[in-house]
Amino acid sequence: MTDREQVSPTRVQVLDEAGMDRTIARMAAEIVERDGGGIMLVGIHTRGVPLARRLAAAIADMSGRKVAVGRLDITLYRDDVGPWRPAHSQPVIKDTSLPDSIGGEIIYLVDDVLFTGRTIRAALDTLMDYGRPRGVRLAVLIDRGHRELPVAADVVGKSVPTGIDEDVQVRLREVDGEDGVWIGKGGSDAH
Amino acid sequence: MPTDSVQGLAAKDLVGIAPLSAGEIQLILDTAEGLLEIARRPIKKVPTLRGMTVVNLFMEPSTRTRFSFEVAEKRLSADTLNFSVGTSSVTKGETLIDTARNLMAMAPDFIVMRHPNSGAPHRLAKMIPAAIINAGDGINEHPTQALLDAFTMRRHFQRLEGLKVVIAGDIRHSRVARSNAFLLTKMGAEVRFVAPTSLMPVGVEEIGVQTFNRLEPALEGADVVMMLRIQRERQGNMNFPSVREYFDFFGLTPQRLALAAPHAVVMHPGPINRGVEIDSAVADGPRSVILEQVTNGVAIRMAILYLLAGGHGEPTSDS
Repeated sequence: MTDREQVSPTRVQVLDEAGMDRTIARMAAEIVERDGGGIMLVGIHTRGVPLARRLAAAIADMSGRKVAVGRLDITLYRDDVGPWRPAHSQPVIKDTSLPDSIGGEIIYLVDDVLFTGRTIRAALDTLMDYGRPRGVRLAVLIDRGHRELPVAADVVGKSVPTGIDEDVQVRLREVDGEDGVWIGKGGSDAH
Repeated sequence: MPTDSVQGLAAKDLVGIAPLSAGEIQLILDTAEGLLEIARRPIKKVPTLRGMTVVNLFMEPSTRTRFSFEVAEKRLSADTLNFSVGTSSVTKGETLIDTARNLMAMAPDFIVMRHPNSGAPHRLAKMIPAAIINAGDGINEHPTQALLDAFTMRRHFQRLEGLKVVIAGDIRHSRVARSNAFLLTKMGAEVRFVAPTSLMPVGVEEIGVQTFNRLEPALEGADVVMMLRIQRERQGNMNFPSVREYFDFFGLTPQRLALAAPHAVVMHPGPINRGVEIDSAVADGPRSVILEQVTNGVAIRMAILYLLAGGHGEPTSDS
């Protein structure tokens, strides 16, 4: 597969199912190499949650280590809810599930796309209200650039240069019924 | 019941259940589900409503509703101002409108309002831009109570549709019964009102409620038994011979509760009058979810504040 395989004039696939599996395995290897034990994976809703589970499974496959997985909903910490909400609707609140104590662990925040960095700022604030982790790192499947806040990922599956008006679509079988990453024009994503 | 899902609330205010659609009710209950967890965190506070101001305007005595709203407001980081009857200028003859104008000069984003006159929140909602949340108006509505009741039922039965819900007591003076009847019939539940004839309002059959003058036949197969307090403060003359006699005929005892479904839960909006409408053995028994209602009430009120903070729709219309 070429780096940007053409599927339609406006939609280009940058990762297929096999490519996604390989990418996740490589990310898992990086995490194991960097921090052996004492880590925990926390997926950010929506697609960070199944990604964190897959990373944990990949880590277990290659190292035999069982890594705890949590879920984080950042809605109540977003910078576009409450007084700054532009539209007449509020994002749906999803569940957060973390172990009783997250102190002493290295936490890997896991998300599908790193874009402006605003989600990660909200995720850090959310996390700190649950405890004082030993450290926080960031693992993302796709880094598409265009940061608005000083945020950088520690583990990146694939860096994909994009135009600001382009759309990165990550689809996962747990949520969307298929695996793959596409770039296209139009629509919006809020990462 | 197939319910069209909605993204937000249509009105800027929550004046009652009557104007809400089934989709809006579902959105509120789903939102509350996500907010329950905050009470179990080490830091029970999120920054969502930082910088927003809530005025709690209580022109009628209230302890649990006012506390519940205040906890909800603080957990969402809103700033709160409390105006209560007895501590405000209302006792000095100020009218509702003048009070409201003065409050608006302080630029609140929300006014949580309890008022002895039915319709007072509707009137205020049309006059001022803040979001008005009705915390009980006269004998009209108490929407957040009905929402927390429905939330409690849904958490126990994973549904509202088809539930058989008995609401017994002073129906005529009960805004809780009214709001519950509106909500539960919209969501497809079966509502049975039980009251002595003197405490049963006329015309409730029109909103799809069954009425009973005795508790026993209504209890048959019930999933939920909700007991209401006798509101002596709203009754000129007592509408029944004595408290003792009321309990004999309408009090919820363990024997009577046995007539309901084996999985039935007992609810009460509080404050409970032991030995008047409910036996202590039932109120403190394993089927009672009265304290769960209190916990759920905070999540429901947080959900309302959160949803109404999301930009304002159209002003409340008459309905």
